[in-house]
Amino acid sequence: MMLDAHPTHPDIDFEMWGKLNDVIIEHHDSPGAVIPVLRLCQDIVGYLPVELIDYIARGLNLPRSQVFGVATFYSFFSLEPKGRHNIKVCTGTACYVKGIQSVVDTVSRTYDVEEEGTTEDRRFSLSAIRCLGACGLAPVVVVNEDIYGDVKADEIIEIVEKYE
Amino acid sequence: MNKARTQLMICGGTGCHSTGSVKVMDALNEEIKKQGLSDEVKVIETGCNGFCAVGPVMLVQPEGIFYQKLKVEHIPELVEEHFLKGRPVKKHFYVEPASKETIPEMDEIPFFSNQLCWVMRNKGIIDPTKIDEYIARDGYFGAAKALNEMEPENIVEEMLTSGMRGRGGAGFPTGMKWKFAANSVNDTKYVLCNADEGDPGAFMDRSILEADPHAVIEGMVIAAKAINATKGYVYCRSEYPLAIERLEIALKQARDYGLLGDDILESGFSFDIEIYQGAGAFVCGEETALMRSIEGKRGMPRPRPPFPAVKGLWNKPTILNNVETFANVPQIMINGGSWYASVGTENSKGTKVFALSGDVCNIGLVEVPMGTPLRKIIYDIGGGIPNKRKFKAVQLGGPSGGCVPEEYIDTVVDYEELQKVGAIMGSGGAIVMDDRTCMVDMARFFMEFVQDESCGKCTPCREGTRRLLEILEKICDGKGEEGDIEKLEKLSTVIKEASLCGLGQTAPNPVLSTLQYFRHEYEAHIKEKKCHAKVCTGLLEFYVNPELCKKCGLCYKACPSDAITWKKKEVAVIDREKCIECKNCFDKCKFNSIF
Repeated sequence: MMLDAHPTHPDIDFEMWGKLNDVIIEHHDSPGAVIPVLRLCQDIVGYLPVELIDYIARGLNLPRSQVFGVATFYSFFSLEPKGRHNIKVCTGTACYVKGIQSVVDTVSRTYDVEEEGTTEDRRFSLSAIRCLGACGLAPVVVVNEDIYGDVKADEIIEIVEKYE
Repeated sequence: MNKARTQLMICGGTGCHSTGSVKVMDALNEEIKKQGLSDEVKVIETGCNGFCAVGPVMLVQPEGIFYQKLKVEHIPELVEEHFLKGRPVKKHFYVEPASKETIPEMDEIPFFSNQLCWVMRNKGIIDPTKIDEYIARDGYFGAAKALNEMEPENIVEEMLTSGMRGRGGAGFPTGMKWKFAANSVNDTKYVLCNADEGDPGAFMDRSILEADPHAVIEGMVIAAKAINATKGYVYCRSEYPLAIERLEIALKQARDYGLLGDDILESGFSFDIEIYQGAGAFVCGEETALMRSIEGKRGMPRPRPPFPAVKGLWNKPTILNNVETFANVPQIMINGGSWYASVGTENSKGTKVFALSGDVCNIGLVEVPMGTPLRKIIYDIGGGIPNKRKFKAVQLGGPSGGCVPEEYIDTVVDYEELQKVGAIMGSGGAIVMDDRTCMVDMARFFMEFVQDESCGKCTPCREGTRRLLEILEKICDGKGEEGDIEKLEKLSTVIKEASLCGLGQTAPNPVLSTLQYFRHEYEAHIKEKKCHAKVCTGLLEFYVNPELCKKCGLCYKACPSDAITWKKKEVAVIDREKCIECKNCFDKCKFNSIF
């Protein structure tokens, strides 16, 4: 299968386009491949710029509306660039009961970042996730891949400051 | 395999991983080598042990001694004392919160001894990445029996006799579901496993997949034989990377052993399973939405009928069962449906796994026979409420469920009994709340969740939950008006009746159940403008009570906005102008002097 010439995008370099093409070609014929393809592409680029979504739609031979619809439906996909470090706060019931909200508020206030937003310098993204299933550790914060349990509002800044 | 005199079963579940079990395991291996015990003592990483609150945990076999909260620095002493000199180390034993008694043996700890583990029978005993260990515990015997000795009708019959009902929440009889699908004529059928455990506060499916993935695979193989399906999917949420990893290993091993794929166990029956990762949408726990999602579309439910047993994934007959449901199946095949039905109440059979969390001493996974009173789960197994606080309610069933207050705490675990008190069995999340929880705020929390997760397809759910949330936010903000409670009730009824899928039909439940038992809290918020639990900041004014203030300065240090002035040996003062109502001072004060 042939792919169209890819568009240019400041956040996607030559090597990334190569990997993206591989993903699209591999899944071209399998039905229901949109979600896995979007996931793999997001893993490569870090997020899903609209230009990339268009490119994927052409590659999978699907209407742009369908691919865009899927990308915006699922919370796993982000159309905005993410920060270097992703602060994920668990907002499941157990964490909520144990006071995650004041942890979220402290981070928001200190770095001037909204939930689901990214700081101006792209250092941190703050996202709320729906229950990690680690309720024994509530309240839980995950920075990149590191899990922190029993986090208090006055400890959170010290934790995230370790991530430049 | 060379025999070791002692085996150290260290928990490798998500909970213990994040409290450092991997490092502890490395330290154990290193120390054992150093002490020259490598041939005698073996370290084995198991799946989730269930007692997440005291992780990392380790069970010493065959003695049955249970160690908790292990840290790398404890290891040299522990190995030398216990495994070289034979003196178990008391300071790492479990301590019963109420009596302060130390209990060395796992079987003696009330958290474990009050449970009946059928689904979780292999937790902490086998290494989930080794199929041989599963087989040694009668693994795949049920599948062998079903494939070689039983006809599809017999399998369905056995499931009907067992009285097993779906563990995903709705409680539909599993045997009936299989019967419908078995009766649908089609050359392609699917078996799906719902591992999209979306209810916040529920983590039993994650633990089952992490601790005993083969049980789920085996259950799916048996289901496939019953309905004559050739292909299966496990739809797992992407928040569970460890579960996915273990499942991938298990699937590969099952294929290598001829327990999955073509001509399984030379029975002529073929079936294979693929993992499909979800992408973060609560509504995909609904069966028709989940199927849409596997088809690569937006996960939106569609009206039923046609039911999935007739037209499901890619319009082919499909059954969808929850992880816990499938994990029960192999044992039913081995021991028979009537064995399973011998435990439980009249209409709810077998056991149920609960994820106990929130304001309770022993947080973790709990498996109890149907018919167990909630009080036993919370007090005997859960160890009661920490810090001598008062029990207020237990929330069951997540955003579709309800709260059970103190007066109904003797209600037993049973689909119908729980429904009678306004809660549901749900998937098994049980979040205990003490007297510091505001029930209006809790309703607002769940409404925010469902509003965010509503797929937007049908109006009652999309718009109705938004309006409910607005009213609740207004009340929590101190702007509630007369008539708001009635509006909540009316709107809730409409949403329940008019919504398309289970998400919308149950979305108002948290509001209705809190209104049923804690109406006075709503009234206090609206009429007196007071939040007695001191949660809703819109209704709180922070000031220091000089009579109670111990002049310690903790509040001063906690304040992020310099609103508190304090000097040594002086009472702290809060400047209301600068106060941002973050509650840090309130949380920090040990003498309840801040309001």
